Amino acid sequence: MAGFLQQLVEGLGAGAVYASLALALVLIYQFTGIVNFAQGEMAMFSTYIAWQFTVAGLPFWLALVLTLAVSFAGGMLIERIVIRPVEGAPELTVVIVTVGLFIFVNAAAGWIWTFLIKDFPNPFPGGAVEAGGLSVGYSTLGVLAVVAVVMGLLYLLFQHTKVGLGMRAVAANPDSARLVGIRVGWMLALGWGLAATVGAVSGILVAPLLFLEPNMMGGVLIYAFAAATLGGFDSPAGAVAGGLTVGVAETLAGAYVGFIGSDLKVGVPLAIILFVLLLRPQGLFGRAVVERV
Amino acid sequence: MRGPAEVTDGPARTDAPARGRALARSITPVRRRWIAVAVLLAVACSLPFQLVPFRVFQFTMVMVYAVALLGLNLLVGHAGQISLGHGAFFAVGAYAAAIMLDRWDLPYPLTLPIAAAVAFVLGLALGLPAVRLRGLYLALVTLAIAIFLVPLLKRFESVTGGSMGLTLAKPAPPAWTGLAEDQWLYFLTLAVTVLAFLLAHGLLRSRVGRALHAVRDNEAAAEVMGVRLPFYKTLAFAWSAMFAGAAGCVYTWVIGFVSPDSFVVTLSITLLAGIVVGGLGSFSGPLLGGLFVMFVPSISQDINDAAPGVIFGLLIIVVMYVAPTGLAGLAGRVARSTENILRKE
Repeated sequence: MAGFLQQLVEGLGAGAVYASLALALVLIYQFTGIVNFAQGEMAMFSTYIAWQFTVAGLPFWLALVLTLAVSFAGGMLIERIVIRPVEGAPELTVVIVTVGLFIFVNAAAGWIWTFLIKDFPNPFPGGAVEAGGLSVGYSTLGVLAVVAVVMGLLYLLFQHTKVGLGMRAVAANPDSARLVGIRVGWMLALGWGLAATVGAVSGILVAPLLFLEPNMMGGVLIYAFAAATLGGFDSPAGAVAGGLTVGVAETLAGAYVGFIGSDLKVGVPLAIILFVLLLRPQGLFGRAVVERV
Repeated sequence: MRGPAEVTDGPARTDAPARGRALARSITPVRRRWIAVAVLLAVACSLPFQLVPFRVFQFTMVMVYAVALLGLNLLVGHAGQISLGHGAFFAVGAYAAAIMLDRWDLPYPLTLPIAAAVAFVLGLALGLPAVRLRGLYLALVTLAIAIFLVPLLKRFESVTGGSMGLTLAKPAPPAWTGLAEDQWLYFLTLAVTVLAFLLAHGLLRSRVGRALHAVRDNEAAAEVMGVRLPFYKTLAFAWSAMFAGAAGCVYTWVIGFVSPDSFVVTLSITLLAGIVVGGLGSFSGPLLGGLFVMFVPSISQDINDAAPGVIFGLLIIVVMYVAPTGLAGLAGRVARSTENILRKE
């Protein structure tokens, strides 16, 4: 039983990371209807920026704040330059453009920082809390806490600020939002900036666990996709719930299903994506889209 | 259109510029295409006798990619469905051929139809859920499949050779041809490529092609016109997978080695980049894409390891903005404008 609970806790820790990247995906999807395939790579790039700051001698938390600011600006810039021209284009075009962005950002990081693995400082102390035969690492707790804080801040932003209200209006109905004087273009850019910031947080959380290298987020991205699909692509809370579920499912499947083991765990998100899309395409918390012909 | 033009030109047939014009007009676009294909084939047949073995190998690989891109073009360019996992079908074809050659010692010409059939069936199986998915969801699922394939290949070590892969003997040239190994492989690949292009060409000219275009351009309208959406979407997936599988099989012949690390998700993304840059939905797009996928990395790698990726990524985005028909579309545009200039003299 203790072993099972231990696996559960570790699954939640992994799930929190997936949840944070899924949150970034959902933020962009909500506003623009785009699934950003480059989300993971943008997060990786932000993590490199943080690494660069720490190498330059800045204390970790200052580096973090600076990185988040840079990521926010970078996300907005990408929306303005790369995504704006294909806004409203067929889905196929948009997907291909974000895949192009994926390749570009990945290679750009490799060009600037080489493909060699780098050590990333862990912001949380080592060691673990021991309770009732259960050991919970401080870093697991830290990751969970950070995701909870991000979630809370986003909630405050969306529900209790004027900007958040504007963003929700744009997500619900861009045309009406424009008519009441909301600058829709800027709200979309803001959405991308926010997503890039949340993505940066998830990259910084992942880096100490996985080592920093340009392909670091490739594996995480597919779990984040599964999380967002499970929770519903238009539901931030769903993304977090989905992320935690995917993390737990993956850890338990790896530990208890002998056939899956540690090497076939990647099959878990694939199975989740397939099942959800075939059985309940809008996800657990999403709204079903009714198409009028 | 044609009638009046002939009447006005009729009396002036005797002077030289008019004769030139008449000649230019007799070369209809269809004929021009066949002339271009004939010239291309002649050049292709002479290449292996002109180039060093390494270059011959590179052009062989261009054709391997072209066959795979032909499949992807069918799916993305003609049927409007996306796949970020076409490397998986390529890998399945490659592994099917490798296992047949390694375990069962089948003669290699037999591996091609079988590998293609295996990929076809797999494409059919995947096409079934794909029917319910559209756009980005399809992209997600296919991407996940491409990622999942690598650990799967490593897992079934007894069949696939695990991460060590399988090493095979390459097809030996028959003595009567007098060809070197690289030349023989080149001609084998050329034959498969020509066959694949003919097949795709025929397919697109048939009712299947028209149905696929209808699905791409407007699903609702296509359905109203009586196109069975699930049937044709699944079929597009299956055909497309078949071409990729055939390309994978030829890849195994040419390289003589398969390992899971040759088929990571980068391959799928490279293929997508190739067909986007080559030209979605065009006849020559797969070939141009093959040239692009083969030569751009090998040339730009000298600048920096990451340079191919930077160029791929930038080009995909730029092409989607300014030339959605890719290199093939650009080539077509250039050809048309030179023709117009020639006509005006």
